[in-house]
Amino acid sequence: MSARSHAQRGRSRHTFTYFWQGVVAVILMAAFLMPVYWMISTALKTTTDTFAVPPVLIFQPTFEHFRAVYEEGTVAKSLVNSLIVATSATALSVLIGAPAAYVLARFNFRGKSDLWFWIISNRFISPIVVALPFFLIARDLRLLDTHLALVLVYLTFGVPLVVWLCVDQFRAVPREVDEAATVDGATIWQVFFRINLPLAMPGIVVSAILAFITAWNELMFALVLTRAEARTAPVEAANFMTGFGIRWGPMMATGTLIVLPVVLFALLVSRNLVRGLTMGAVK
Amino acid sequence: MSRQRVNWPAISLIAPAVIVLLAIGIYPLLFALDISFRQYQLTKQYLGTGYVGFQNYVAVFNDPLFWQSLLRTAQFFLLTVPLQVVLGVLIALFIDGVRWRPLSFVMRVLLVVPIAVTPTVVGLIGRLLFNRDFGFMNYLLSLFNAPPVSWLGEPVPAMLTIALVDIWQWTPFVALVMISGLSMISQDVLESGQLEAGRGWNLFWHVQAPYLLPGLTAVLILRTADILKLFDMVFVLTRGGPGVSTELVSVYIQRVGFRVFDMGVASAQAILLLILCIVLSRGYIRLFYREIEA
Repeated sequence: MSARSHAQRGRSRHTFTYFWQGVVAVILMAAFLMPVYWMISTALKTTTDTFAVPPVLIFQPTFEHFRAVYEEGTVAKSLVNSLIVATSATALSVLIGAPAAYVLARFNFRGKSDLWFWIISNRFISPIVVALPFFLIARDLRLLDTHLALVLVYLTFGVPLVVWLCVDQFRAVPREVDEAATVDGATIWQVFFRINLPLAMPGIVVSAILAFITAWNELMFALVLTRAEARTAPVEAANFMTGFGIRWGPMMATGTLIVLPVVLFALLVSRNLVRGLTMGAVK
Repeated sequence: MSRQRVNWPAISLIAPAVIVLLAIGIYPLLFALDISFRQYQLTKQYLGTGYVGFQNYVAVFNDPLFWQSLLRTAQFFLLTVPLQVVLGVLIALFIDGVRWRPLSFVMRVLLVVPIAVTPTVVGLIGRLLFNRDFGFMNYLLSLFNAPPVSWLGEPVPAMLTIALVDIWQWTPFVALVMISGLSMISQDVLESGQLEAGRGWNLFWHVQAPYLLPGLTAVLILRTADILKLFDMVFVLTRGGPGVSTELVSVYIQRVGFRVFDMGVASAQAILLLILCIVLSRGYIRLFYREIEA
């Protein structure tokens, strides 16, 4: 076999590999993205097109459902509620979690691993276990249907998430930096805020985004703790399923509005998403 | 650093986290523990809220619906997780082997999408896709001349529906975990492995699989914890129905607490679930997380 034909055959085999891998990739991605596409397309279809059998793939898009959802106002209000609650819960989680993570990363003390273990274990507690007593406590404190009750309960997963991800981040900051600053007379607070916090910022941002996504997506606590005033977007969306005659168009328009921001955030941190979800078990 | 002297500045940095988690993590649990020993029916306040000893726990132990919901949760686990693992590993091997780098990069990024979609909205999309009359799933079946299935109207199809939806949402997660396992294998190890084990199954089993083991254990126990928590998607998609055929344990406890309003019994159920969670999570953390060393 001459060298040239060998190279040619090699090239055509490569072309073939590229080809079948491309085909499989397209099928896989179609399967995983189809439900999201279906949601968005239903939000943009006329009601007649929604019920068409077989389903219509090419259609004249309409914004009537988005307009209806906007004009009714309850969905817009719930999105604002979600934004307020998720942002506050995230900010507080970082504010409380990051310093704790720094101490866990830097100092040795008795019971440290127990403390760490306890903080992390909050990740595994089923929300229904907390939801029952929290409902009764919030009712007694007249906190039902307020943003505050939701923000507080969301700290139960926000703080552990931030602590865990940031411990790793702070440990990556060389100890010598701290020691040099301490020799120069800086207090622990200064060392933390002026030196470690800026250096650990990438990890903190990732943990904040993950905390935000989790809070934004949460349904059970919101269902139990809110009524009309503080109702968040997932509760509002779930409400489309009650009553007679499901309004598919507005329901999917609402779904699209809820999902869009978190999917964009998730794409932004896609490299770190798995690490965050497994709480660091997988790098 | 100073072990003898109390390091107040350091304590002041960690104290807020400890205080907050005591107040919102531990206090509610103690509250639930207290309620679980009381008569506490929100709709029958005239009965008062006195202590009733272990009566609620006895009621839970004698409640076939509670045990059925746990059993159903276990069934759901068996329906979803093995398939997620197999599909996840296959997808990971595929993406790891994709020759054109930009394609494998794009796939890894897009796999994140199902994981991030709000579970409540996933449930709503499920309602749409599995609709008996105009849903996409029955359209797919009709292409193969199969009769339409009443996915959400009958017990077994309903269980399959929530399982399929869960597989859609979490297989990408398993795949991403496995990809990060595969990326730990150095080119040298892979090449010498190919010399000894050849390609295909042998290569996978003898060279690649050991690298997937930590990820696999993580996936198994995280999925266990998540399925014990699973509420949103099922609540929206089936409400536990038809009947109680898709009522997983968290959905059941929520119904007893907030639709039957028997807080005492629901709390007792929640405490039992909590014990289960603690046992499993202890095992989990012991197995995988190296403790923080100095």
